Formats: sequence, structure tokens, C-alpha cells
Amino acid sequence: MANPNGIGASVRRREDARFLTGRGTYTDDINRPNQTHAVLVRSPYAHARIGGIDAAEAMQAPGVIAVLTGADMEVDKVGSLPCGWQIHSKDGSPMKEPPHFPLARDRARYVGDPVAIVIAESREQARDAAELVMVDYEELPAVATSRKALAEGAPLVHDDAAGNVCYDWHLGDLAAADAAFAQAAHVTKLDLVNNRLIPNAMEPRAAIGEYDPANGDYTLTTTSQNPHVIRLLMGAFVLGIPEHKLRVVAPDVGGGFGSKIFHYGEEAIVTWAARKVGRPVKWTADRSESFLSDAHGRDHVSHAELALDKDGHFLALKVSTIANMGAYLSTFAPSVPTYLYATLLAGQYKTPAIYAEVKAVFTNTAPVDAYRGAGRPEACYLIERLVEIAAQETGIDKTEIRRRNFIPAEAMPYQTPVALQYDTGDFAKNLEIALPLVDYDGFAARKAESARRGKLRGIGFATYIEACGIAPSNIAGALGARAGLYESAEVRFHPTGSVTVFTGSHSHGQGHETTFAQIVAERFGIPIENVEIVHGDTAKVPFGMGTYGSRSLAVGGSALVKAMDKVERKARKIAAHMLEAAETDIEVKDGRFVVAGTDKSLSIGDIALQAYVPHNFPLDELEPGLDEQAFYDPKNFTYPNGCHVCEVEVDPETGVVEVASFAAVDDFGRVINPLIVEGQVHGGLVQGIGQALYENCVYDEDSGQLITGSYMDYCMPRADDVPSFTVRYHEDQPCTHNPLGVKGCGEAGTIGASAAVMNAVVDALSDYGVTHIDMPATPEKVWQAIRRATPAQAAAE
Amino acid sequence: MYEFTYHRPKTLADAAALLGQSEDAKILGGGQTLLPTLKQRLARPSDLIDLGQIPDIKGICEEAGGIAIGAFTRHAEVAHSDVVRRVIPALADLAEGIGDRQVRNMGTLGGSICNADPSADYPAAVVGLKATVKTDRREIAGDDFFTGMFETALEPGEIVTAVHFQKPDKAAYAKFRNPASRYAIVGVFVARFGNEVRVTVTGAGPSVFRATDMETALAQDFRAEALNGIAVGADGLNADIHASADYRAHLVTVMAKRAVEACG
Repeated sequence: MANPNGIGASVRRREDARFLTGRGTYTDDINRPNQTHAVLVRSPYAHARIGGIDAAEAMQAPGVIAVLTGADMEVDKVGSLPCGWQIHSKDGSPMKEPPHFPLARDRARYVGDPVAIVIAESREQARDAAELVMVDYEELPAVATSRKALAEGAPLVHDDAAGNVCYDWHLGDLAAADAAFAQAAHVTKLDLVNNRLIPNAMEPRAAIGEYDPANGDYTLTTTSQNPHVIRLLMGAFVLGIPEHKLRVVAPDVGGGFGSKIFHYGEEAIVTWAARKVGRPVKWTADRSESFLSDAHGRDHVSHAELALDKDGHFLALKVSTIANMGAYLSTFAPSVPTYLYATLLAGQYKTPAIYAEVKAVFTNTAPVDAYRGAGRPEACYLIERLVEIAAQETGIDKTEIRRRNFIPAEAMPYQTPVALQYDTGDFAKNLEIALPLVDYDGFAARKAESARRGKLRGIGFATYIEACGIAPSNIAGALGARAGLYESAEVRFHPTGSVTVFTGSHSHGQGHETTFAQIVAERFGIPIENVEIVHGDTAKVPFGMGTYGSRSLAVGGSALVKAMDKVERKARKIAAHMLEAAETDIEVKDGRFVVAGTDKSLSIGDIALQAYVPHNFPLDELEPGLDEQAFYDPKNFTYPNGCHVCEVEVDPETGVVEVASFAAVDDFGRVINPLIVEGQVHGGLVQGIGQALYENCVYDEDSGQLITGSYMDYCMPRADDVPSFTVRYHEDQPCTHNPLGVKGCGEAGTIGASAAVMNAVVDALSDYGVTHIDMPATPEKVWQAIRRATPAQAAAE
Repeated sequence: MYEFTYHRPKTLADAAALLGQSEDAKILGGGQTLLPTLKQRLARPSDLIDLGQIPDIKGICEEAGGIAIGAFTRHAEVAHSDVVRRVIPALADLAEGIGDRQVRNMGTLGGSICNADPSADYPAAVVGLKATVKTDRREIAGDDFFTGMFETALEPGEIVTAVHFQKPDKAAYAKFRNPASRYAIVGVFVARFGNEVRVTVTGAGPSVFRATDMETALAQDFRAEALNGIAVGADGLNADIHASADYRAHLVTVMAKRAVEACG
């Protein structure tokens, strides 16, 4: 009998009971005995020389315990925050990797760069005193955009990064691409900006540092997606604390979207300061600090050209991108606009020749790093915009031009010209599923109906693919990763048959406590209530790489399956002993261990009890216990893919875009919990729509001040901005190289949605001759595009 | 926020006395602007005088050809008032569109007009409905109340107690929201009193203003089409990352037409 809470069941999230009733335990909910409170003094200037810091007055303020600066850290030989990925430029030289100290020493390089920490008995006292810290700033000229940073004679963010260039990298075959362009019947060209975003996790970052002088143990409690990575980076590179003396705990975390992957200076600061002051030190970002100092996302400026033959077949693609790194290299920043971006430029298409070059630049802005999708939304947006413009220019229907160029399912596995090998995918099938869902044939009628109401209607597609399940360590290493990207799991049966699973994955909204438990319940035929999922504590779980890149199920879930395989092998041995049968005669059926051809069988609970009460075990052959650990390193990336279709209605009088409908057909391989996956898709779509229509991080070009530093100016999508989504899974193309056949679902919505929305917006404006609008398509931008329409076209309206 | 002394007077006289005792005292209404400002440490009042305990300045009643609303009446109370809904439905609609549910449950009429935010909604109704602002000292014509960006005709220590709105024959408010803050980028209130029409604009300029060309046109022909070709000048209008002055000027006409259409 199928387990009612097994694989494929829409089990409601078990963790929601505590989250929805306010009983979660987030870092800021935790208060340690004798705790102190820290407030950071942050640079108000985008670029300034720090002459000196006078903390005398602050030290006199009520409740103040310490004011510490970069100079204090230098004395203690605190290191630079390390970068986890090294890129080499075209000429073979390594990227520029300037130091990034947790507290700035000589120069502050963005508004919000921390320069001192004030520690006091209360947070308000620390905040009062922080205003009294006198920092002697000499303001320097700043560069707030990548274009300005690359201008001749631009001020340098780092003296040793000439021209503000971090690296100038490329991928693909330029000669082959050029040759194909020479043969092209048509070339579609596009300049576009992928707008900068601020992650806005619901829970601001927070950290508590503790030091126990009795035994020399440190504990950092932090809002992290990957506590082991923080322990490794902070312990080994920044503070010099051996890992057996450093525990990192990431308790309930309220959203990450990538922004909580990275090792932030505040984590090192509170851990270091805890020892300095001899008491726990707690820091919680306020929302303004989150805007200023969480790693931002995207921020590409690109030029792209697509060569086509006379029948609309893609011959070659050339892309040139400028990527803004911000003021310093955040943990995984260099990999995002390179190996997570250019490698996806084939998209779903059999474009034979692709060449991409990416120039990464430093600017006086907050560091930029992975944000939901990380590189892949940028690639998808660029390709899918190009494809729709090409369709418009060649007069080929936007679905037909895709069909002509899709990599056929029969061609799988398919080696792209940009380093990846897709294992499965039936892209034409995704499209065929989507078209009736959105009634594509009825679009003209809907457009006419909108027109009767004075509205413009547009439809847009995005047929996306992403590389997830990050990442095969051997490939990642060859591409510059300084770490492996496997995952760990431990499955511990208890004597009475319940199970605790320890996973290196980390849930901060993904629902692992439910999904992972379903996998275990199904495998061993036990109630889901008997399975507990533990994550987020380096003192409890084996070394794991955490959650990002839609990897938890594909990599962490695979590690779980491997650990369950080991448990089953051991259980089989115990069952053979208990049932006095040969091990080879033991069969596992619906979680029961059966002697083949007999009615003799045991449940896993019977076996677990014997494993811990081994009164008659043959000790030379059989160890007590039923507790197994496994590490899983994927053989390849996984390749979720799909077809997103968006319809918008534009009010030409105001420029307001309304998303009228949105359908997502996604191939995530096998779906473990359809309900949770749908939630992931919805969230992703909203973030993708947010980028397309609402969200935009703006720095003042001259001063480098963050203009969109609050929700008054940074527009987050709201529930009433989005329609009810139509979501379908295409499940007949399971991943071929992991045991669950899963591909990952966390980022897909974000990857497809922005392109689908913008294609729909431009389609709605096509009667006005509009061919492109940069995101976000704000009302004024849309209205201006209409207003700029040529008189002839306007008259034709 | 910085330290301050918190007062909760029970009478208007006590409030006025407290206000007179300190130069840096601030009146606290619903706190929807002042409290975030304090939290951001952008203001440092010595005293906060919370008017929430004074019964005389709360409530809604029909009187003198219109509605009188106490200064400490929350937006949600105006939005849900049967009296307002019956006598001046456009005013209830306006109140219902302010901020979000949380803001409407806390924010007050008096707080809104005294703050005189250029993108607040109520100023459009105060001028559009020929209101009279009552204070603890005098009555001020709504037309004279708003004097500039965040500036009013109030004297130091003067406390608004109520606003009397005149009942129009027809009225409607059309707002184009800032997608981020949901304040008005442009809000236009249109009201018709017999042969007289008022068209008041908030959000677009430093302070609420009347679009007199539109008023003249509508007085002759109260249809949206009457506004074709009539626009306010972009000079002097607000501009920010959300909307240029040109765009705001354009939206004034669009919203004015929609308000006229909504008048039915």
C-alpha cells in the first residue's frame, strides 16, 4: 500500500505550524545569558579615506562596553573575507581579488561599508553611542555604475585593479561564431540591462557570537543558508579558529534567496568581539542596513547578437556583458556572471556557435552576488528577449521560431557549445502542454476585447533551462570553485523505530522538514510523524554545503537516499540474522524485510530495536546500531526546464502593466511534494514578475548614495500585483543521474518569469513600434515608450 | 528612536498647556509618519503629546450641509462610516484608499492634514470639498490651510480639532499610486456644487492645488471629454525616480477624467 505521506503526496508543510503561530526560533529570537548588543558604524560615503576614528566620546556614553575598529582587527591579525571562486581572464591572469576586511581599514568603499562596532548593554545604547563615534572621513570621488567605473580616467575603487576591472573573461568559440555571422541571412541585435535587485528576505540578517574561555569554544549563531561553509571560511581564513573549536548554528532562517549564502563581515565581527569583551555579542540588522549591506543581485549591461539563416534557424550567438561586482568580491560573486551565466546561453536551442565575454567591474556599491537564479535568469532573459525580437523581425511566429530551434528530445544527452551537457528535456513537449493551457489560438480575440476597453494586450513566452543541483565537484573545481559541492546526510534509526535525519542542506523556506521526511517514510514504510529532519548546526550534522542553486533535493536528497541505502544494507544483514535466513534471501517489500518465498518478515522498527539491543549478535559479522552517513557528489548538473507564458494588459493612458495571466509548465523531473513545489514556483514567479515590473536598485550616479533604501522607493511585488498562476509539471523526463530523478524547483519561477513578462509587455507595445524596454517596466517607462512612438504608428492606432 | 517624554492628556486644554510648555514638543496623532521618523532618528522631539485620549476630537456627525469629522478620527472609521458613505461617498472612498489596512486603522484625519505631505490624499478633499478646518483657537478655510510642502497655516501650539466638509452634488477621487509607497503620485478630487466645480490635485506639486482651467471647463460641460486638451503645466511639479514632472502633468488630466467619469 502506498504511503499516504510518501513520494508524490501533497503533504502540508510540517514546519508551518510553528512558523504560522509565531513559534519559530530565528536568530533574533535567541538571547544568551549576559549578552551584549552591537551596532555597526557604517560609512555614509560611497568612497572615503578613513583618517582616524575617535571613540572617546562614544566610550563615555551610558552602557557602552567597547568600540572596536579595523585597526583593532589588524592588531589581532583578522584576515580578509575570502572569495570562494577564482576566475581567470582571457589572457590567463587571475582575477583581481582585493582584500575585504570585515571592518574597513584605510578606505570605505560603499555607503554602508562597516568601519567600527559599538558594543553596549542594550541595542538602543549601542545605537546612541554609534552616533558619537567620530570618523575622520575624507570623501573621494566615487563610481556607482559599471559604465562609470569603466570610463576613461574613472576613480579607482581598488588601487590594484586597473580600470576597475576584476576580470575580463570569455567562453566559447569566437572564430566559429564570426564565421556563422558571415553566413547569416539575418542578425538580431539587442542592448539590454539586467536591473540590479535587493534581495529583501523577510528576516533581516543577524548574528550572535559567543566565546567560552573555559574550553576555548566559539559559537556563532547566524542567519545562514550554509553553516558549515561559514565555519570553514570564517574559521580558516578570517579568524584562525580551528573547526573543532567553532560551532556555527543557523536556526530557523526567514528567507535567503541567495543573500544568506555568503560569509558576511558581521559574522566574523561578533565572533571576534565576543572574545574581546568576554560576553556574547548580538547584532541584528535593521531594515535600512539590509538594504545597504545585503549582497545585491543581477546588475548586467549586455550587448547581444543572434545570427539566423533565411528559415529562422539560429546559427550563432555573441554576447558581451559588463557585470557589476560592487565594492568587494562577495563569496561566490565571480562565478555568477561567468559559469552560472554564459554556460546557459545555449538555452533550449541547438545554436551551434556561441561566444560570450564578460567584464566584471568594481564599483562603489554594495557587493553583488548570487540572488535566486544567479546568472541563469540573466542568461534566460537575454536569450528569450533576443528570440522574440528575432521572431518579430523575421515574421516567424514566436512559438514556431522556438520549435525550429529547440534541441530535440532525441538528441539528449546534448553537449552545448558552452560547456554543459544536458541530460534530459523535451522542450517541444513543454510548449505543446502550455499552448492549450493559455489558449494561444484565442489570443487575437482577447487582444481585440482588450482594445475595445482601450487596453493593449500582449503575450510573451520564455522557454528556459537552468543548470541546478549545484554542483559536480570535479566540474566546479575545473571551473574555478575553491570548494567541492557535494552534500551529506545521516540517517539515524532509534531503538523504537523512529528516525532522525541529519542533512547538510538547510531549509529557510523550502520545506525540507516535510519533503525529506516523505522520502524516508516512503522508503521504510513508516509514518511521517516518526521522522525528524535536523539541519543547520555544525555540532549535529555532518559537513554539508547547504542550500542554494536549487540543490537541496537533487544533491541533499540524493545523499539521503545513499544513506538510506546503507541503512537498508545493514538492516538486511540484521534481518537475515533475526530470521535465520541467508542475507541474499532477504527481500525488501514496501518497507518490510521478507524472507523470499515465505511469510516471515520484519519491519524496520523490529530491526532497529534489535540493532540497539543486540543480545545475540554474531559480533564478528554484525555491529550494533543502525545509523549511517553518506556523502553524495553529483555526476552532472540537473537541468530543470520549462515554458512560461505571460499575458499582460497595458493601460496606454498611464503606462500601467497588469499581469493578466501567467502559466508555467515546468519539468522538474520527478516531483516529491506537488504542493510545496507549487509554492516554490509561485514564489519564484512573483520574484521574477517583481524584477520585470517593480523592483529596481538605484544608486545616485554622482554621490553613490542608495536612493532606493527603503520600501518607500524600492517596490516589492504584492499579492494584488499578481494573478492566480496556472502551474503544470511535466514529469516524464526524470533526471538520469540521481537516484530520485529530481531536477530542482527553487529558482525556476524567477528564471522564466522576467523574460515572459517583458516579452509580453513589448508584444503589447509592438503596434507602437516598441522593440525593447529595460526592466522594470514601470508605468512611466511604458508611457514614455508609447509617447516616443513615431507619429505614423501612433496615427495608425 | 531618541528619548522623549510621553504625555496622554485627557482634555484639549491640557494638551494645549503641555504644548506651550516645551519648544520641542510634538503632537502625536495616529503616528503613521511621526513614529517611523522617530525610529529612523530623523526627529528628536523632547515631548510627545498623544491626543488619543481626548474624546472631543473624535467622531463623525452630519451637520451644516456636510459632515464634521473629529481630528482624531482614524481613516478606517471614515471609510466605514455609514454617515460618510451616505452623505459624501467620495470621501469614504478616499479614506479607504489611504495606505494599507494597518495605516488606515491607525492614521488620523488631523494627523494627515497637519503633516501636509505633498502626496497625502486628504488635502485634495479638504480643498475639493470647500472644507473648514477647526482648531482650538479659530476656524481656517480649507483653501487657506495648506501653504506649502509640509507647511500649513497653523500657528505654533495650535491644535486642529475637526474638519467640516461640505456636501457636494457629485464627487469622486481618482488616485495614481506610487507602486512602492502607495502614496499618491497624482490624486485628483473632482466635486460639483451646483454650477461650481472643484478640481484639486495632490501628489503632483509641492502642495495641493486647484486645476482652475479644468474647473472652468467642467463647470460648462461636466463630462470627461470636456478635459480633452487641458493639462496643467509641468513646471514646478514634483519629480523623482518614480515619476517625472511631465508624467505627473499628464497623469493629472488622466486622473481628472477618471474622477469625472466616476462621478457618474
